[in-house]
Amino acid sequence: MGALDGFKVTFRQMFLPRVTVQYPEEKRPKPDRHHGRHVLNRYEDGMEKCIGCELCAGVCPARCIYVRGADNPPDAPVSPGERFGFVYEINYLRCIHCDLCVEACPTEAITETKLFEFSFTNRQDAIYTKDELLVGDDGKPRHLPWEHWGEGDDDITSQWVRATAPSGSASFTGVVQWSGELGKGITEPELDQTAADEETGEPWWVLSENRGGR
Amino acid sequence: MLAALLAGGDPLLSGKIDIGVFLIVCLKTFVTFAVLMVAVLFMVWFERKVISDMQNRIGPNRAGPWGLLQTLADGIKLFFKEDLLPERADRRIYRLAPYLSAVPAFLSFAIVPIGGTVSVFGHQTRMQLADPPVGILFLLAMSSVAVYGVMLAGWSSGSKYPLLGSVRASAQMVSYEAALGLIVATVVLVSGSLYTSDIVASQSGSIVNWHIIRLGVLPFFLFLIAATAELNRPPFDLVEAEQELVGGFHTEYSSIRFALFFLAEFMNTVTMSAVIVTLFLGGPSAPFGIGENIGGFFGDWLLPIFWFVAKLFLFLFTYVWFRATLPRLRYDQLMDLGWKALIPASLAWLLVIAAITIERTYLLIAFPVLLLCAAMLYRSLALGKATVQEEDLHA
Repeated sequence: MGALDGFKVTFRQMFLPRVTVQYPEEKRPKPDRHHGRHVLNRYEDGMEKCIGCELCAGVCPARCIYVRGADNPPDAPVSPGERFGFVYEINYLRCIHCDLCVEACPTEAITETKLFEFSFTNRQDAIYTKDELLVGDDGKPRHLPWEHWGEGDDDITSQWVRATAPSGSASFTGVVQWSGELGKGITEPELDQTAADEETGEPWWVLSENRGGR
Repeated sequence: MLAALLAGGDPLLSGKIDIGVFLIVCLKTFVTFAVLMVAVLFMVWFERKVISDMQNRIGPNRAGPWGLLQTLADGIKLFFKEDLLPERADRRIYRLAPYLSAVPAFLSFAIVPIGGTVSVFGHQTRMQLADPPVGILFLLAMSSVAVYGVMLAGWSSGSKYPLLGSVRASAQMVSYEAALGLIVATVVLVSGSLYTSDIVASQSGSIVNWHIIRLGVLPFFLFLIAATAELNRPPFDLVEAEQELVGGFHTEYSSIRFALFFLAEFMNTVTMSAVIVTLFLGGPSAPFGIGENIGGFFGDWLLPIFWFVAKLFLFLFTYVWFRATLPRLRYDQLMDLGWKALIPASLAWLLVIAAITIERTYLLIAFPVLLLCAAMLYRSLALGKATVQEEDLHA
């Protein structure tokens, strides 16, 4: 009918599924590499991973990280190294969640979680202190009063660094090259990345290109 | 004399008017008002729901079950907003204008018959608030008064943009009223009476008696288009054009005065749908005369109301469908459609119907004459267009 075709379209749309997600009740699954707020991780024995090297503060383009390192007390060391993060603060009014701090960290101490629903009402709350960033004794992020998240939202707290450049090596494939974490143990490699070819040692993307028949 | 004038076709007011009759009239007024208000609340909700369905959204769903109370919540919110009065506004007229919009919208619903004659507390009365002898002309009068509401709202704001908006709005409403009036005349010509109750009665019996069929389908569509334009609803909503203008004529209004304009708009939508049902779809009469002989509460009350509401619903949906589908017309396209298409077409159709009503053979004369007229009109329009283009070239 030419000009009247539009009526058909709008009518048909009425019976198609809705795209709206009822947000606070329903939540979309977040991508594995979602950049939420940070956590400071611990080793499986409870030691802090942060060694107070300030590389994260140095690389931060928004200059939102403030770190001061201190020597580990010999009788009660906080981290396995010589030094530990004595002061660690991130200002979330400035953070742009670029994840460069995570890339820079030599010990995988700082990673980004999937948590993003926080609504602080003053500047003091917006500056997360080390106490607030550090995972608890169970290895889970602290649930702060102004944050809104529930069971399961804090599941994968350190995925991004795992997938791309653990220990700075870009050619990893299916080989665990990272340390264990408190409460989680050692994280498996990602599922879609098959292990390297046992004979040639070639990484997975080279293998898949060969299989494509080019 | 006065009583007869007021009474019109309503048997309630033809006899002695005592306190009982007076109370019944009061009751009817109250019920009509309440029904229209609820209908407006429902219409706003319905429009938002249907249009979000058509856009794959969910729409209001927080206030009340399925978001039914959303309109009420919005209304309450608007009551508590600050009522701004621009410094340079003409105070009295500024305050009067919203009522000039809302009151006619309510009044024109009063003449719509929702059912046949029923008996209330031993009195016979029509299921419509008023059945004046001027009947359907009352609708045209009221929609003319509503133009003043729009016009004065823009003018009294003391601000230039609302003024421009109101000029556009009133030009649009006045242009389409002409086509509207001509089609109403066509309907009246066939039904032979201005009483809305008679217009409905002349369509009773079967679906072929409905004016949509009897007048040839064209007047119905012309009326639908003209009514949409008269209501300032999409695709003719240049008056508000929410995406382009701040708000047209009601830019300066806030709080409950703003709400009154919206109330009027949606009331007009409901009323105009009801008028279309009355004029073209036989009002409360059933298609094919189903259940015509059933008496009692069910046959006299429920069945006519059911059919009326069902037909009304059809048009309410159509208006929302228009809004979801059609892009807004440009101002010159709007005026072209009104003056060059709707008015000539409805005038021609009026003449054809008049010719047939007098004597069927007249059609043989009327038809070639109309064709000739149409050809001449087309030629003159084309000439006019060519001249304008030539002038543009020289300029």
